Amino acid sequence: MDSLMLARWQFATTTIYHFLIVPLSIGLTLLVATMQTMAYRRRGTPAGDDWDRATRFWGRIMLVLFALGIVTGIVQEFQFGMNWSAYSRFVGDIFGAPLAMEGLIAFFLESTFLGLWIFGRGLLSPRLHLATIWLAAIGTVISAYFILAANSFMQHPIGLVYDTAQKRVELTSIWKVLTNSTQLVTFPHTIFAALMTAAAILLSVSAFHLRRSGEAADPVHRKVAGLSIGVLLASVVGVSLVGHVQGQIMTDQQPMKMAAAEALWDTKANAPFSLFAYADVSEGHNKIDISIPRGLSILAKNRPGATVQGINDVKDAEAAKYGGSPSSYVPVVWMAYWMFRLMIGFGVLAGLIALGVLVQWWRGRLTASPWLLRVATWTVALPLLANTAGWLFTETARQPWLVYGLLRTRDGVSTNVSTGFVAATLVGFTALYGLLGFICFRMVRRIARAGPDSAGPPAAELEDDRQLSLA
Amino acid sequence: MQGFWFGVIGVLWAGFFLLEGFDFGVGMLLPVVAKTDTDRKMALRSIGPFWDGNEVWLIVAGGATFAAFPEWYASVFAGFYLAFAVLLVGLILRGIGIEYRGKAHTDHGRRWCDFAIVVGSLLPALLLGVAFADFMRGVRMNAAHDMTGGFWDLVTPYALLGGVVTLTLFAFHGAAFLVLRTEGEVRDMARALIRTLAVPAGVAAVAFVVWTSQVRGEWVSFVLGGVIVVAFLVAARAAYAGRAVAAFSASSIAVALVPVWVFAALWPYVLPARNNAAFSLTVYNANSSPYTLRVMTVVALIFTPIVLAYQAWTYWVFRARVTGADVAGDGYGGGIVARARESAKKTLGGPSEPADSTAPTAP
Repeated sequence: MDSLMLARWQFATTTIYHFLIVPLSIGLTLLVATMQTMAYRRRGTPAGDDWDRATRFWGRIMLVLFALGIVTGIVQEFQFGMNWSAYSRFVGDIFGAPLAMEGLIAFFLESTFLGLWIFGRGLLSPRLHLATIWLAAIGTVISAYFILAANSFMQHPIGLVYDTAQKRVELTSIWKVLTNSTQLVTFPHTIFAALMTAAAILLSVSAFHLRRSGEAADPVHRKVAGLSIGVLLASVVGVSLVGHVQGQIMTDQQPMKMAAAEALWDTKANAPFSLFAYADVSEGHNKIDISIPRGLSILAKNRPGATVQGINDVKDAEAAKYGGSPSSYVPVVWMAYWMFRLMIGFGVLAGLIALGVLVQWWRGRLTASPWLLRVATWTVALPLLANTAGWLFTETARQPWLVYGLLRTRDGVSTNVSTGFVAATLVGFTALYGLLGFICFRMVRRIARAGPDSAGPPAAELEDDRQLSLA
Repeated sequence: MQGFWFGVIGVLWAGFFLLEGFDFGVGMLLPVVAKTDTDRKMALRSIGPFWDGNEVWLIVAGGATFAAFPEWYASVFAGFYLAFAVLLVGLILRGIGIEYRGKAHTDHGRRWCDFAIVVGSLLPALLLGVAFADFMRGVRMNAAHDMTGGFWDLVTPYALLGGVVTLTLFAFHGAAFLVLRTEGEVRDMARALIRTLAVPAGVAAVAFVVWTSQVRGEWVSFVLGGVIVVAFLVAARAAYAGRAVAAFSASSIAVALVPVWVFAALWPYVLPARNNAAFSLTVYNANSSPYTLRVMTVVALIFTPIVLAYQAWTYWVFRARVTGADVAGDGYGGGIVARARESAKKTLGGPSEPADSTAPTAP
C-alpha cells in the first residue's frame, strides 16, 4: 500500500471511531441536561429525586464517553496537517476558519462548563449548576455546526475564488460557507441522529434493568425509558424528513452520489428505488435488481416521473468537464449502495423497536415482555451502525473528489511523509483506539449494569457490580 | 493583520504553556508527590476542573494557525509528523488517565491510569520544547515549503535541550501549583520537590537562553530570554523562602513568556529554512487572504473576552484549596463544598436554603 492509501485508511479509521463516540456524547449531554431540568423543576418531590438520580447515573456514563470523544477529537484537527498537508494548503484559507471558530466558540464552552458541572455540584446553586450542563450541551451542538460546515464545504464548495498565483482557493463569503444549503440539511440530520443514538442507549440500559428486575426495577429506568422512546421516535421522524430533503439537494449537487447510492447505471425517467441489486461494475449494469417502481424519482425529485441521472452519464459528463477517463469518476458503487441502505435500514429498525416498546407499555405489558426487552437492550447498536454507514456513504461516494469538483483525494495527501510513518501511526492509533474502546465499553457496561445510586437493585443479585459502583 | 494574528497565536501558546504547563507538571510529578491513593486523588483534583479547558488553548492555537497561516500549519504538521503523533498519543493517554482514574474500580486499573497520566504528561512537555527549539533553529525545506530534513534533523542536542527546558520548567510550575492548591503530605512533598527542581530547571533555562542567543541573536531574543531567567530566579527564591503565591506567580510569568520569547525571536519568520533563507515561511507568505483574516479578527475580538471571562470565573469558583476531605468518598464534594459555599453565597448568588437537596452527603 502506498502512503495515499494508508493515509486514507488512517482518516477512515480515526474518523469512524470518533464518530461512534461523538453522536453519543452530543446526544447524551442534551438528554442529561433534560433530565436535570426535570429534576430541577420537580425538586423536593419523589419524581424530582428520581430525575436527580437519573441525572447522576447517566451523567457518569456521559462523562466516560465524553472523555473518549475529546481525546480522539484532537487527532482529527492534527491529521489535516499531518497526512493531508497539500489539502490544508489548498483549502486552509476557507477550511481553517470554521475549525478555528469551533475551537474558540465551542470547545472552550463545552470543556469549561463540563468541568464546572462535574465539580460544581453543591458548590453552585442548583440553578447555576443546571445552566452549566446546558452551556456544555450548547457547546457540543455549536461544535457540530462548525465541523459540519467544514465538511459541507467539501461536499459542495461555495463562497470561494480560485487564486491562480497561490494555487489555492480563497474565501469570499464566510456567510455562504456557514449557510451552505448542504450544511443546512446536514446539521439537523446529524443532530437528530445524535439524539437518536443517545436515546437508544437510554432505551438499551433501561430495557436491561426492566427485564432483569421487572416491576421491582428502579423507577428511574421507567422514567428514562419513557424519555428515550419519545426522543427516539421523534428523532427517527426528524432524521428521515431531513434526510429526504438532503437526498434531493445531493442529487442536485452531487448527481454521482445519488446514482451510486441507487446503483442506477443509466439515466432514467420514472426511476425505480432499488431494494436489492447485484451489479457487474465492468459492464456498468445490474445483473439482479429488485425495485419499487418510480421510488427513486420520488425520493430524489419529489415527482414520480422525474428523470434521475445514471452513473454512466454522470461519469461521461464529469470526464468532459474535468478531463481524464470517465471510469475514474465512479466511486465504489457497492459501498455507496449498501451503506445507503444500511443507514436507512438500521435507523428504521431502531424506530420499530422503540415503537414495539411503546405499544407494550400502552397495553400495560411492558415488564411482561422479556423477549421485547431483550431485543431492546441491543437498540444502541443500530444507530451506531447507521451513523457509521451514513458517514461511509457520504465520504466514499464523493470520491475521487476530496473537495467536490476542486481537488482530488490523491492530490491532497502530504508528499513528504514517508509510507513507514503513516503505516506506523495507522497501526499505533488503531491499536490504541481499540484498547481504549475496549476499556470504555467495559466501563460503560459496568456503570450501566450497576444502575443509579441508592435505590438500585438488590445487592445480593449483583454483588460484584455493586462493589464496583462504589469505587 | 498578519502581525496581529502572529501575535494572537503567540498569546494562545502563552496561555497554553501557562495553564496546561502546571497540568503537565502535576501529571508528571504525580507518583512522586503523592504516594497514597487519597493523596493522588487530591493532587489530580487540584487540576480536575481545569485541565480540559486548558488543553483547548492548544486546539485553538492549532485551529488559528490553520485559519490564519495555512502554509505554516501544513508545513509544521506534516514536517513534525512523528513528534506530533507521539504528542497526540501522550495527550490521549493523559486525558483518559485523568478521567477514568476516578471510575476505575481496582488498584490495578488505577495504577494503569497513573502510568498513563505520567507518560501522557512527560511526552508533550518534552516534545513541545523540542518543537519550539526546532522552530528557532530553523528546518530544512524545499521551495514548496515541504520539510525535507526527516526525523533526525529535528532531534539535535539544541532541540533536546529545549525539550529539557520545557520539561523541567513545567515540573517546577506544577510543583508551585501544588504548593498553592493542596495541603498535607502532598504540599510538603511539592515544597521539597520545587527546591530540588529549581537547580536543573534553572541551569537548563540559562544554557538554552545563552545557546539561543547564538542561534537567533537578535537583541529581542536576548532581552526576553533574560527576563524569563530572572522571573524563574525570582520564583525559585520565593519557593525557597516559602512564599507560595509569589513562587507560582513568578513561575507563571516565566512559563508564559517562553512562547512569547520564541515568537518574538522568530518574527517575521514563522518557520525559517536553515538550508536556504529564500524557502523560509514568514508571516507574509504563509498567511490567509485579507478577507479570511478580517473575518477571524472579528470572531476573535468578540469571543476571546467571553472565553477569558468564564475561564477566569471557573478558577474563581474553585479557588478553595483542595483538601483530603474533598477526595474522600465519592470524589464529588466534601470539605471544599462547605467552605466554598460561604463565599459562593456572597459572590455567586448561591443556594439560599441551607444544605440544599443537591448537595452530596459528606462521608
